[in-house]
Amino acid sequence: MISARGLRKSFGDFEAVKGIDVEVRRGEAFGFLGPNGAGKSSTMRMIASVSPVSSGELRILGMDPATDGPAIRGRLGVCPQEDTLDNELNVFDNLYIYGRYFGIDRATCRERAHELLEFAQITEKAKAKVEDLSGGMKRRLTIARSLINNPDLLLLDEPTTGLDPQARHVLWDQLFRLKQAGVTLVITTHYMDEAEQLCDRLVVMDKGRIAAEGSPRQLIDAHSTREVAELRFGVGEHEALAEKIEDLGERIEVLPDRLLVYSDHGEDVVTAVLDRGLHPIATLVRRSTLEDVFLRLTGRSLAD
Amino acid sequence: MGSDMASDTTSPTPSAAPARPARPTGSLSAWEGMARQYDYWLTVLKRTWRGGVVSSFLTPLLYVVAMGVLLGGFIEADPDQLEGATSYLAFVVPGLVASHAMTLAVSESTYPVMGSIKWHKTFFAQLATPLAVRDLVNAYVAFVMFRVASACAVFMLVMAPFGVFATWWGPILAWLSQVLVGFAFTTLVFAYSAWLKSEEGFGLLFRLGVIPLTLFSGAFFPISNLGPVLEWIARLTPLWHGVSLSRMFCVDQIDWALVVLNVVVLVTLTVIGWFLAVRNLDRRLEV
Repeated sequence: MISARGLRKSFGDFEAVKGIDVEVRRGEAFGFLGPNGAGKSSTMRMIASVSPVSSGELRILGMDPATDGPAIRGRLGVCPQEDTLDNELNVFDNLYIYGRYFGIDRATCRERAHELLEFAQITEKAKAKVEDLSGGMKRRLTIARSLINNPDLLLLDEPTTGLDPQARHVLWDQLFRLKQAGVTLVITTHYMDEAEQLCDRLVVMDKGRIAAEGSPRQLIDAHSTREVAELRFGVGEHEALAEKIEDLGERIEVLPDRLLVYSDHGEDVVTAVLDRGLHPIATLVRRSTLEDVFLRLTGRSLAD
Repeated sequence: MGSDMASDTTSPTPSAAPARPARPTGSLSAWEGMARQYDYWLTVLKRTWRGGVVSSFLTPLLYVVAMGVLLGGFIEADPDQLEGATSYLAFVVPGLVASHAMTLAVSESTYPVMGSIKWHKTFFAQLATPLAVRDLVNAYVAFVMFRVASACAVFMLVMAPFGVFATWWGPILAWLSQVLVGFAFTTLVFAYSAWLKSEEGFGLLFRLGVIPLTLFSGAFFPISNLGPVLEWIARLTPLWHGVSLSRMFCVDQIDWALVVLNVVVLVTLTVIGWFLAVRNLDRRLEV
């Protein structure tokens, strides 16, 4: 569906994407993870065939965005990071008019618009103004709009940013249903739980490059341990105590409020800590998550 | 205005971007590209026509009454001094309609264009479909021209019973001239708005562009009154070419060589404006 080789994007002197290779297969849900400024959105815009490739090779649905842009865009659905809904149109018209841009005839457009209102659970809002919708409803409407042309490939740029937990779960549910229906999904996110929920395969991007690639499970296996022991001591003690137990795990991380010991056997770590006569205020043994991998690969410092 | 835009090199352009072919596969014909946006612009029209009635029809009629009838009542001049018009009303109406075409074209191509880029991001949404930048510009210009052409037509029809037109066919050609004024200003101002980063530039456009042009392009008095130097400057303004055409046809004092010059200037400006509009919008939307 998507094939990129040495893909680059630069704006003047600034290089947003510094040569990435990506392969997305039909029917899968593929994720781009990364902190702000990692180059995710620039990559998405190149895939959406609205931003010319600076260098490298990109093929979408077997076509070249430089020469087949309109043909590619006709088969894509795009859900941008910022809502680009028309606030002055009502909900139904946002869908109907968008469908007309794809050359879909009026009767089919109306029919599709009604179906998608059902799908997005906003049928009762059909005649409402967009500005009167909640954030979650706007997001669902944007996704509904991106489906008006029955796309082969759906691009979602941070689909759930800014939504409350209920709204996020409704959206995930809908995206899952789309995936079941055979739509290929490409998602950018910086929410690890979202990536774990939705993505079959993902890449972690950092500063315009790909830092790691694989399924969520593979990434955890490759870049973290099976478990993490979190040990909480008194404030200010963590730095000094870390030296006493650093041999217990594969890696140890000192945070202001706790120590993270990365090990395949978290309970053994806790036992060993107690055997050494140390008494943490609280302990927690948990499985490694994608978030551990992400922070390992992209660092804990702020990107911007 | 045009030279400012030509020298604009600040917008981000990708280094070594591969040359884009003139017509990508799957691109739409100019007609198809506009037809697909028909429903959009129809809903915009349905939403805005009420406000449009005031700015399109009521305001110009107030001008006619104030300037043409009330102020013009004091003006006694030979047709020689009024470029062949038999009364000041007959003199001022063709100029007023032409400058109204300009004002409408400018106001429809300033804030709304910036809004579609910056505030509502309508253009970004439209561009994620098979539509191309060229198609967006075409449909936009077509919509503004519909507004301008209908407003000028109504204006001319309303003035017909007042005996200000010398022939029945002259006003039709005058109306086409006003449409030409609309085209030139719509495309040029669209190009300016697509290039402009903040709306403060519009104040400049209105104060240094629209108002002086309205006052000094021969709409209200013959430009020969300006004296030789200012008269020549007035002749260089796009609006004067429109006023000149509109008046020649209305009062039936037609210098065909001048008609050709006026038409060529306005058509040339339209073509330049269109290319700049497409180029500037393309740069703005490529982020």
